[in-house]
Amino acid sequence: MKPQNEMNLCFESKSSNESFARATVAAFITQLDPTISELSDIKTAVSEAVTNCVVHAYKDTIGKIYITARIFDGGLITIKIRDTGCGIPDIEKAMEPLFTTSESDDRAGLGFAVMQSFMDNVKVKSSVGKGTTVTFTKKLSRRVQNV
Amino acid sequence: MYPRISVRDNEVTVYLSGEIDHHTAREIREATDSLVQTKKPSVLRLDFSGVTFMDSSGIGLVMGRYRIMLLYGGKVRAVNVPESLERIMNLSGLGSLGIIEKRGEKNETTK
Repeated sequence: MKPQNEMNLCFESKSSNESFARATVAAFITQLDPTISELSDIKTAVSEAVTNCVVHAYKDTIGKIYITARIFDGGLITIKIRDTGCGIPDIEKAMEPLFTTSESDDRAGLGFAVMQSFMDNVKVKSSVGKGTTVTFTKKLSRRVQNV
Repeated sequence: MYPRISVRDNEVTVYLSGEIDHHTAREIREATDSLVQTKKPSVLRLDFSGVTFMDSSGIGLVMGRYRIMLLYGGKVRAVNVPESLERIMNLSGLGSLGIIEKRGEKNETTK
């Protein structure tokens, strides 16, 4: 399926870029006239995934984070968030609610649980030492029919 | 974002505003914890009325302060929680701790 529109973003894994990333993706999605709650869901999921890159993938270093957002017919969107960091040895374990490898810093261990709750679908592909790609799918309510 | 903090009697209120994420949570945590350590209040109130966005870092912030206040024998209250944050608050299980007061409501049962 060919997207109607596509956006690519690349930035450094600095925590100050977390708000930049979610605001930019939200701005791109705005052309679909999403509801406030849909936009907030997307911002939250993007924020969780980008925070994972900053905190885990590039733990003590700075690396690049890549985001590709695509808009398809019928209000379907996909958002792919990719890093080339440390990778996740056990994805199933990492996705368990409350599981976290960083005990300090008040990490709640809820990142993936939030993504799964706020998006229709969350796919995680990871390779240790090579990086992780998280892909969200969500269908928007389509208030505007002619886009 | 260093939050505005008020101290009255034995209660500390931290007025959170804007967006709470992993980046901004650090400053909130530092400001809150240093005051809690010196004042050892009986109630730490986190006022969410000015918060426009929050991800799970906000949950970690509340849970971490909950643990610290338990050590001092004090309580944490998350007050004036806007409707837009209810979903993420509920998802976290924070609701079951009985420390959340929605905007304009007093949670009398847990007082």
